[in-house]
Amino acid sequence: MAEVRLENITKLFGGHIIGLKDFSLQVKNGEFVTILGPSGSGKSTALRIIAGLEHPDKGNIFIDEVNVNKHLPQERDVAFVFQSYALYPHMDVYENIAVGLRIKGCCKAEIQKRVQEVTGLLEIGKLLKRKPKALSGGQRQRVALARAIAKRPKVFLLDEPLSNLDASLRERMRTELKMLFNKLKATVIYVTHDQTEAMSLSDKIALINNGMLKQVGLPDELYYQPKDLFVASFLGSPPINTLEADIIGENALMCGKICLNISSDYRLKLKNKNKVILGLRPEDIKVYLEPKENTYLAQLILIERIGKYTILSLNWQGQILKAITERDFIGQHKRDSIWFQFDMNKLYLFDKETLNTI
Amino acid sequence: MSIKNAPAYRQSNKKYRLAPLDSKHLTGLARIFFCLAIISMVVFNLAPFLWQFFSSLKNSKELYLVPVTYIPAKVSLTAYEKVISNPLFLRYFLNSVIVSIFTTFVTLSLASFAGYALSRLKLKFKTALQFLLLLACLFPQIIFLVPLYELMARFSLISKPLALVLPYVTFSLPLAIWMMTRFFLTIPKEIEEQAMVDGFKRLAILRKIILPLSWPALATTAILIFIGPFAWNEFLFSLSFMIKDTSKTVPVGIALLSGTSMYEIPWSQICAACVLTTLPLVLFVIIFERKIIEGLTRGAVKG
Amino acid sequence: MKKEGRYISRTLENMSKNLSEQRFGLFLILPSFFILALIALYPILRNLVLSFMEQGRFVGFSNFSALFQDERFRSVLINTAIFCLISVPLELILGLTFALVLHQKFFGRGFARAVSFLPWALPTAVMAVAWKWIFNDTYGVFNDILLRLHLIKEPLAWLGRPNLAFFCIVLAEVWKCTPFVTVIILAGLQTIPLELYEAIRVDGANSWQRFRLITLPLLKPAILVALIFRSIQAFGVFDSIWVLTGGGPGGSTEPISLYIYDTVFRYLKFNYAASMVCFSFIFFLLFILIIYLTFSRRQIEY
Repeated sequence: MAEVRLENITKLFGGHIIGLKDFSLQVKNGEFVTILGPSGSGKSTALRIIAGLEHPDKGNIFIDEVNVNKHLPQERDVAFVFQSYALYPHMDVYENIAVGLRIKGCCKAEIQKRVQEVTGLLEIGKLLKRKPKALSGGQRQRVALARAIAKRPKVFLLDEPLSNLDASLRERMRTELKMLFNKLKATVIYVTHDQTEAMSLSDKIALINNGMLKQVGLPDELYYQPKDLFVASFLGSPPINTLEADIIGENALMCGKICLNISSDYRLKLKNKNKVILGLRPEDIKVYLEPKENTYLAQLILIERIGKYTILSLNWQGQILKAITERDFIGQHKRDSIWFQFDMNKLYLFDKETLNTI
Repeated sequence: MSIKNAPAYRQSNKKYRLAPLDSKHLTGLARIFFCLAIISMVVFNLAPFLWQFFSSLKNSKELYLVPVTYIPAKVSLTAYEKVISNPLFLRYFLNSVIVSIFTTFVTLSLASFAGYALSRLKLKFKTALQFLLLLACLFPQIIFLVPLYELMARFSLISKPLALVLPYVTFSLPLAIWMMTRFFLTIPKEIEEQAMVDGFKRLAILRKIILPLSWPALATTAILIFIGPFAWNEFLFSLSFMIKDTSKTVPVGIALLSGTSMYEIPWSQICAACVLTTLPLVLFVIIFERKIIEGLTRGAVKG
Repeated sequence: MKKEGRYISRTLENMSKNLSEQRFGLFLILPSFFILALIALYPILRNLVLSFMEQGRFVGFSNFSALFQDERFRSVLINTAIFCLISVPLELILGLTFALVLHQKFFGRGFARAVSFLPWALPTAVMAVAWKWIFNDTYGVFNDILLRLHLIKEPLAWLGRPNLAFFCIVLAEVWKCTPFVTVIILAGLQTIPLELYEAIRVDGANSWQRFRLITLPLLKPAILVALIFRSIQAFGVFDSIWVLTGGGPGGSTEPISLYIYDTVFRYLKFNYAASMVCFSFIFFLLFILIIYLTFSRRQIEY
């Protein structure tokens, strides 16, 4: 297993479309790092650059402190699992796993041994003689993983491997993947747009948007200490509620018609600003059916019963807030008014222009 | 500069994926070989035509010069003048034009109807038709020669254009129907269903909705029929069925000119005639290359 | 939405089963059906009938027995077989090479593709005349090039000597028909997903291994289609040989189609020609069956 380091990678498509801009990332030996981002953010590009399937215009890639910029994919000793699995349709499962080893020059006995290992690990023993056409989505995915693991590469690169599976299968495979890579103690770089996957699987998350790295750190860091509004709103389901507010005085905010007092910690940081954006996570909003001390009145617009919990959409001063409550919080009869309160300490403040956290 | 327009980004991303042997990344020696391969391929395919072209521009003295000159020292158009002023050649040309255009038109019409029916409707005749189509495109022409000649003679069609149009249409139908069927399958059924719900009758749907959508496919199919082996270029049936001199088509005319007389074969005129016959096709193919190749290669090979 | 769509297309299917739809469909198909039955099906059956007749009278197998004793028939069959066995593999190899080249991106690819397609688009007979001029023993450019390159010492009579003439007809045919193979294989190449190449590159394959492990196996259907169609077409070759050599010198380049043509138009023996057609029909159906069986056994499920 190896370390991977990306240094200031820039990649332009067609000369002007930004793929990646000044992207740097460090992955330690045995770490599971996810590159997370929306579609088209450059995460797949970053992965392909590490694999050698694309060349960066600027920057360096190091695998185990060796600069591999000029190395071809076959020389980098990485395993790449494609979103579509890229199984060779004309070879059976055994051949699919074996062909890479054969090219490497492994002898027959070694190949057999390794195939045995991975089929045991991934429980695909019964599928060895089948062709990809005859496999289900989940089975194909396991074969793709088996192929990668049998190579014993320095780094595993996975490009959205779970997105082609149904929701239930996805959850199951997520757990299996985590156990698998824990067992292998492998260095994994994982790409996805699904924040739940990223949060649950990774040691570290690198959030990327528009080709630029937004924040990198532990999942909890990104969730509870987002650097800017994008990070805060990308992680968390339902996403963070945002409200506009004006600054009045030294430690008060005017949100619509409501005045909020904020702690003096922020006084200095708010000095030169007029407006801020407030961020409030749905789970930090406490909802009541009757007015209580320090609660605000809002209009209940929508109830979404997810099963485990219920999401309420509230209209407060013209802005929509979402709050999470317990399953049986709201009965069947209609309600119009609802009261809520929130902890000021759990409020995030974002600069209106730069969208950075204050 | 952001990549907000994700679809466009996705598309351009695909363009820059390394092709199996992306020529941009070939190293020195391999690159030289690749260029050599391209050049030899182009030369190999163009050579006969180019040679005819240059030969046709030489005057008779230079044509018969040994050793051969490659680029004519003096460009002379006398060969062309002689050919164009030959009423027989013009007659051949006209015959070819008439037969080819009729063939293309009739084949297109029949193929569009049949293709539409095959793509939409479940009919008993479907398998029978597909079997006949296979028959027509699978067997070499010679097999049909004797009975067809008999047929044409019986209906006094010998030396009449219809004697050619009928077989040409027949043997062009397999490819044409295949292309039109494939095309119609790409038009979603919902459009017609919407029209039916709106009250259109079947024939009106064909005319007002399907037909306007079909122009690109019709054009490509028309091109493929015209340059195919059963229109302008056909030889065997034309040789066999067109006995009268004034009904012959151009390929037969040129071939007879070059073979019959044992003595003075008018090579310069033959070369000019060849060029006149093929130059339009050459230009046609070069201009419409993309349409032709894409029309043929889109849609996987289904053995 | 999906359920709705399924409901609608099932409605359409139900509708198509009703009578007016059937009638309409028939109306659309009938003209093509009719013309195909007349010009394609009827002659095949008529051939069978004719081969058992002579001048309108039923004569049983006498035409066929004459066929078995016909020396010329035997030699044309051999000529045709040799012709197919030489030209078709050449076309496959050349077509595969061209398709591989044309599949890459390079400057001027559109032009290269057009040029590679050209031989198929040009009239066979007209281009055969061009080849005749090229192979002319005195004034032909082929001799000239060979002389200049010092590959031969004096001009050769390309169309006048049996082996050389055979070379000429093979060359003319390969030149004409390679584009057919090229287009089919190009279509096949485009169905191979790029990701398979990327995956095997990451696995460590060089370009030859990529070709052997991915390209060639996945091209098998396309190659098979090209092989079958070209074999059939090569069997019936007529145009270029009629023009180039007329079957000569001494019948050494005569294919079966030329003999059939001669039998009809020079010797006016229609029935004998029909029996020749019937016999070669069976012969060549066997040929196709053998090819199909040998190569399709290793077909891939895709």
